[in-house]
This record gives sequence, structure tokens and C-alpha cells, in this order.
Amino acid sequence: MTGIPLLSLLIIVPLVAGVLCLFVKAEGARWLALIGTLIDLAISIYAWVQYNPDGPQWQFVEKYPIGGGVNWALGIDGIALLLIVLTAFLMPICIGASWRSITKRVPEYMAYFLLMEALIMGSFSAQDLFLFYIFFEGGLIPMYLIIGIWGGAERIKASYKFFLYTFFGSVLMLIAMIYMVNAAGTSSIPALMAYDFSSTAQQWLFLAFLASFAVKLPMWPVHTWLPDAHVQAPTAGSVILAGVLLKLGGYGFIRFSLPMFPDGSLEFVPLMFVLSGVAVVYTSLVALVQRDMKKLIAYSSVAHMAFVTFGLFAMNRQGIEGAMLVMLGHGLVSGALFLCVGVVYDRLHTREIDRYGGLSDNMPGYALLFMIFTMASVGLPATSNFVGEFLSLVGTYQASSWAAIVATTGIILGAAYMLWLYWRICFGTQRNADAAAMPDLSLREWWLLAPIAAAVFWMGIYPESFIRPMRNDVGRLLTRLERVTPAGDSKLTLGRGAMNMDMGARH
Amino acid sequence: MIPRFTAALLPELILSVGGTILMLVAAFAGRRGSGVTSWLAVLLLLVATAALVGAPSHSGPLFDGFISADLFASFGKALMFPAAAVAIIAGHGWFESDHEHSSEYAVLIVFAAVGMSVMVSATSLVALYVGLELNSLASYVLASYRRTDERSAEAGLKYFVLGALASGILLYGISLLYGFTGTMTFKGIAAAFARGTPSLGLLFGLVFVLAGLAFKVSAVPFHMWTPDVYEGAPTPVTMFFGTAPKAAAVLLATRLCLEGLGPATEAWRQIVIFAALASIFLGAIAAYGQTNIKRLLAYSSINNVGFALIGLVAAGPRGAAAVLFYMVIYVVMTLGAFLCVMWMRDSEGRPVESIASLSGLAQTRPAFAAAFAIFMFSLAGVPPLFGFWPKLVVFQAAIASGYVALAVAGIVGAVVGAYYYLKIVKVMYMDEPAEPYARPREPIQGLLILVMALIVSPIGYLLIGVLGSLTSQAAGSLF
Repeated sequence: MTGIPLLSLLIIVPLVAGVLCLFVKAEGARWLALIGTLIDLAISIYAWVQYNPDGPQWQFVEKYPIGGGVNWALGIDGIALLLIVLTAFLMPICIGASWRSITKRVPEYMAYFLLMEALIMGSFSAQDLFLFYIFFEGGLIPMYLIIGIWGGAERIKASYKFFLYTFFGSVLMLIAMIYMVNAAGTSSIPALMAYDFSSTAQQWLFLAFLASFAVKLPMWPVHTWLPDAHVQAPTAGSVILAGVLLKLGGYGFIRFSLPMFPDGSLEFVPLMFVLSGVAVVYTSLVALVQRDMKKLIAYSSVAHMAFVTFGLFAMNRQGIEGAMLVMLGHGLVSGALFLCVGVVYDRLHTREIDRYGGLSDNMPGYALLFMIFTMASVGLPATSNFVGEFLSLVGTYQASSWAAIVATTGIILGAAYMLWLYWRICFGTQRNADAAAMPDLSLREWWLLAPIAAAVFWMGIYPESFIRPMRNDVGRLLTRLERVTPAGDSKLTLGRGAMNMDMGARH
Repeated sequence: MIPRFTAALLPELILSVGGTILMLVAAFAGRRGSGVTSWLAVLLLLVATAALVGAPSHSGPLFDGFISADLFASFGKALMFPAAAVAIIAGHGWFESDHEHSSEYAVLIVFAAVGMSVMVSATSLVALYVGLELNSLASYVLASYRRTDERSAEAGLKYFVLGALASGILLYGISLLYGFTGTMTFKGIAAAFARGTPSLGLLFGLVFVLAGLAFKVSAVPFHMWTPDVYEGAPTPVTMFFGTAPKAAAVLLATRLCLEGLGPATEAWRQIVIFAALASIFLGAIAAYGQTNIKRLLAYSSINNVGFALIGLVAAGPRGAAAVLFYMVIYVVMTLGAFLCVMWMRDSEGRPVESIASLSGLAQTRPAFAAAFAIFMFSLAGVPPLFGFWPKLVVFQAAIASGYVALAVAGIVGAVVGAYYYLKIVKVMYMDEPAEPYARPREPIQGLLILVMALIVSPIGYLLIGVLGSLTSQAAGSLF
């Protein structure tokens, strides 16, 4: 390709900036972090422009042996590319969101954020199984420290819960990875994506990977760490958690579970649908009764992530592309919603919904942007989430009409809790004098929220820019899944029969 | 003419002769000579390490199979001698302010090192016992080195009594093995076991020998002495116990199990599986309530031995290589962690051992806290730190041998254990600062901490290739 190791640069730039942050004072660290993340954004946009959607599956490939059979192997396809761009886009916004609200131990804070960016970039671009695991797990350390040091009153408990939950899920995946490398004789992800494990092995491997990704995504019933972590984390921490870290779970399903264990995936489609269905309905209802704004949005994240699993395990083009778009859209919208909470939290230092009211009078700019993101979260046409949720539902309907019916109730409930939240905060009478006295968005806050709003509309009005890079990759995934997906008109009867016939035909 | 064994035994000869001379120096110079003896002892250990280079150090069996100079032994020595040297350097700084300090500390460690090097080379039961006792006797004295300190004296006594009991058990097992096979060499014993179903007496001997060794590696259920001795002994001595002798004992057990008891693998494997899992879980759970950092690290060492034993369960060249790999990184992490513990001093320079005193260290001493946190995360096996890799290697070996369930159980134990390592990080990073520590004036220790921290940091991954090929070569010499 170009000869420049773009992906290594994506990892190294924030890493270097992060280390440098430790040696400067607060103001210097802020600027350093901003510059570092902006450079990363520029690199990722350059990669997006350079990426050839009709080219080979893996582009920007780099490979240097570390020794002992492990390689510094990087490379991305369209799916990873989009998630990398999302990460790079959200990171400078996170730094900006922390500009004024973080006042203690600033250099450390910025260093952890940059370290996290490096690790996330690494996870999305790793092409070696163990390299992926190292990046994937490594992200726990900075997030643990960010929640634990700069979090709210219950931060210690939340940080432990976050760390141990995710760590536990991931180590089971590690054992599965070792098993795979042992059986296949390679740790290269592209090679493993084409390797056929035995049907029984696939089921176990699928479950082991599920343990990790279900916690990360998170799926019901292992989602309980998420509300705690979100509520306690500082605003930027929540943004990155909801915007990017959760996507690692969905990315894991697309990159590992589906292509590597197609038989195992098929076996567990009913389980995935049931878990997602429960998540959609249950967490939406829970969100409805929350009094804490952040907690409400956290629960809504769980519900939105269920659309991802619905779409993915529908195993058809609409479903998978929809799932990807839900991930991207949710990354933007939930991030923006957490920022909106942060805006009022910085002014009043409470997240209690009842303490606000009638903000559209004194903060019209805020009310406008908040409304855009609320509508996007609800899935209004012309916003990013509409495209994703619609496609995901179409895909789900083809796989199972019942699953689609349950999933659709999530949209209705989602509209209920989001609109009610917006109504209680921005409309109505101004019950609280201090809330009524809050100033409107500052220039810095406009700079944080407006780009996200633009991206939300872009994705909603012209989603082709985002679907184009991944179209061929989804196609390749579908070819891989073809032998397990029941053909044509039998789509409504997913089950063993079809698979066995298919298996029989192969033997 | 110089006999062949002098070249092969050069490291041991250097240490024995040098150690004896140093003892004389120490006897005449008294306290004043402590500096000179310490540095000379370090020099001896480094020269002995350098003497490992070259063909003679792995030229094969010596004295009719009494000991063997092979790559496995050389690898062990190359790991233990520098670790012992670090213990001397750290101890010299530590004891300097101590009125009772005399030069014997360094000399005792040199003698313990001779014992350890016999341990890792032993290919007969006699050599095994002689090496073990030589190391243990020096260790008993070291544990009670601060003789006016009650805790230190108690630690020494406890270590001695329980150690003697374990030696008794070991000797009993050795006598049974000898009685039923008629030979002391590992090869002969292996041949006896290979001759068919082992007799009850042989199995009894095997169990007793393993029980004695389990004491030395502090594997559950023979671990009870560890927390008390680790807490009571002076910190540099604790560091020494936790690193070089432990590595020697693990290597000794590996050689005995694979070389001497190889045909009886099915007989000892279940014992080792139990010891491994019990050590991992007990080490992880019992550490929860600890408030003393040395006790906590004692449980951490029990926990870590469990992981190394998983490599032994896997057996075969791959398992042995995994054990070696694990021990190398374990020694580095433990040295680093204890060097950090030694820097925990109150404003008057007295050592502090409570975990609470670490509160807010990240704000008062950021670099120190960062190093400590690196060792903690690394001991917990969290990537991207290098402590993750040896665990991976061990589990890889276990899964390659078909022990998937064992690997799953072990890794669940790793998560349980992660909690208390996280707790230390939490105390350092998330709590409000406590009374700050005195600033140490020990640049060499600082440098050592830096080196250890760099090795276990992600930079350490560059060593995978070198370490991987060295460990597999060393393990290959067992088969």
C-alpha cells in the first residue's frame, strides 16, 4: 500500500502523547492530549480515504514477528475501519469534555485516556489472536483507574465491578483462544476466520467467547456492571465506555464468533434471540423508572445493544449491516447524550432528573441539540439510529418474526423513556430556580456537540458512506455463514433440521 | 591434569571456594567489612553466572549420575545467581543502618546459592537431599538474621522446625524409593518405575518425596510456614526466599518428576493437580484479608507456585519449558515487588509494612507508585503487562496436553486473585495520601526497580523469542 505503517502510527501516536503528558503540567497535558487525539483523527480519516472498498479484504497490513510465534500483525477490513474512525472521532471530544470538569491530577487523566485510545486502536486492528487479547484486556487498566480516581461517590465499587466482571469474561475467552491456536496451529485471525473447527468444539468455543463479549457488549443478564460504571465514571469516561468500549463486544461477535464458529453460532441463535429480547424489553422498562439521567441512558445502551445482537444473529445482510450501523450510531448518540448530561451536571452537580425542568427557556441551544440526540436515540428517520435499527429489524424479521416483534417493542419503549426524559428536563415549568439560572452552551460545548450532530445526520441521510466500506466484508462473512444459514424460503424455521441437512450434504 | 568435572563444576567451585574465603574475611573484618564482602559476593555470583557460558557447563552427567551439568541446570543457575546477587545488593542497603549487621549475610546467601545450584543439577536422591539441606540451613540462619527482633527469631525457629519435619518426610520417602528400587539415581528409579505397575512401597516413597518438596516450594497443603516466615524475616531475606530458592525447588521438583518419575507420571500427576489448584485458590482467597504487604506477597507466591505447577502437570518438554518460563518472569516480578516494599520507610527511615501506608502513593511519589502498580498488575496476569505471558504459556502447555478443565479452573483462580492485586493499586491510586515515605537514597535499588519494571512492562514482549527458545532448549535436556 502506501508504505507508511498507518495502523502502527494510530497506536503509537496516542501512546507517545500519553507518556509525554506525565511530564508536563495540567494545561500542557490538556493541549498535548488534544493534539495527540486530533493527529490520530487525521490519520484515521486518511485511512478512510485511502481505504479501497473493492480492494483486498485486509488492507494496511503490517507484520513484524516478535518471536515465539507471535506477530505484531495489524490490518483492517471495512468493519474495523469504521470502528476505528468512530473511536478517533470521539476521542478529541472526550478530551474537550474533560477540559474544565477535570481539575485534579490532569496529566495522569490525559495519559490514561491516550493509553486507552492506543489500546482500543490496537484491538480493532490486531490480526493476531493473542495480540488482540493483549489490547482488548489492556483497556481494562486505564478504564479501571479513570473510574476509580475521577469517578463519583461509589467509584471504588464501580471500578472493581467493572474490572472483575470483564476480566472474568475474558479469561474464559483466553482459554478458548489457546485451544484454537493449538488446534489450528496458527494465531492469525484471517487464517482462523477460514478454519473449520469441529462442530462440538465450535459450541464450546462459542460459549467461551460469548462469556467475554456478552459482558463487554453488555447483554442481559451480565449487564449489571454497566449502570454502575456509567453513573460513577466522569463524563468523558462514560462517553468512551458507551461510545467505543461496548463496541468491542459487537466487534468481537463479527470478527470472531460468527466467522470462526458458524455452526456454534447457529446452534445458539435461539439463546441469543431470547437474551436480546429480554434485554430489549426488560432494560427499557428499567430505564423508564430511573431518576438518574446517566443511569437511564446506561440502561438504554443495553437495550440498543440488543439490536446489535438481534441483527448479527439474524445472519443476513440487512441484519449484519444494520447491527454495524446501530453500533456506529449508538456510539455517536449515546456519547452525545452523556455529554448532554455532563453539560448540565457541570453546572448544577446533580444528575437527578427532578432537579431540572424547563431548560428550553434558559438554554435554548442546549435544548435544541439535546432534542436532536433524543430523536436520534428514539430512531427517528433521517438520524443515524433509524437506518441501523430499521435494517436490523428487517434482518431479524427474516430470521424470526417473533424476535422482530419483541425487538420492535423496544423501539416503542425507547421512544417512551427518551421523550419522557426530554420532557422532564427541557419542557414544563421551571421548578428550580438554580436550574433556571443556568447559562446556555459555551462555545467549547458547541464544539463538542455540533460535530456529533452533523455526523448523526450524515449517517441518517446518506448511510451509503458508511455501508460502502463494509459491504464486501459483510458479503464475505455471509459466504462464510452460508453453509449454516437455512436457504431461501425456510428462513422462518431456523433450527437443527436445516443445519443437519446441510451438514449431511457436505459429508 | 585437571579432571573434567572442574570445568563442568566451575560455577559451584567458584562459589564454594570464594564463599569460604569471604567467610574468613567476614570473620576478621567484622562489621567494618560488610561493604567489601557484599560487593565481593555479588562479584562472585556474577563471575559464577559468566562461568555458565560455554560447552563444559552442559557437558552431561558427572560422578556416575550423581549430578548432571546440563542446559536445564545452567538455565536455573543463570536465573538464581543474579537473583541472589540482587538480594545481596538490596540487603546491604537495608541492613546498613542496622547495628547488628555483620558481613555474614552475603556469605550465607552465597552458600545458599551453592545449595541451589546442586539442587537444580541433582540427578540422584542424595544430591537432591544434600543440595536442599545446604540451601535450607543457610536459609534458617538468614530468616532469624535479626536475632534481637522477636519476629525474626520466631520466623527462623518456625522455618527450622517445619523445615526439619519436611526434610524428615522427604528422607523417609527417599529411603522407601531406595529400598524398593535399589538405586539412588533418577535414571535407575525411572527404569524401576518403567518395569510395570509400581509396588505400593514405591508409590508411598513417591508420595512422601513429593510432600517434602511441596513444603520447599510452599505448595498447599504444605504452605503454612510461608506467611509467617515471609512476614517475620527481614525484607531482603524474604525477597530472597520468594525468588531464588523457590525457583530452585520448583526446578528440582520438575526434574525429579519428569526425569526420575517420568514413567510414573500418572501416579504423581493427580497429586500435582491437587497441589496446583489448591495453591492457586488458597493463595488467592487467603490474601483477601491481609493488611501486611509481606504476608500478602507470601500468599501471592503460593498462588504463583500453583500456576507453575500447572506447567508441570502438562509434563513433556512443553510443560517443562512452561515451568521455566513462568519461573523467570515470576522471579523478576517478585524481585521488583519486594524492592518496592523495601522502599516503604516512614519519615525516620524505619520500615513500614502495612498496606494502608501506601495510600495515595501515586500523588506523593508517582514513579514509585507506577512501578509498584506495574508489578501488581503483572502478578495479576493482566495484559498488556508481561506477567500475562507466562500464564498464557503455562495454560498453552496444559491445553496442549488435554487439560482444558484444569486450565479453566486455574484461570478462574487468576481472576479471584486479581482482586487483591487490584486492592493495592486502589490504595495507591484512589485513596487520599497518607503520611509520605522518606525519600530513599539508594540509586542502585532505584535502578534495579526500573530494570525489573521495564522487563515486566509491555517492552518485555520483545524477550518472548529469546526466552522461548532458551526455555525449550533447557527443557529439552531433560528428555
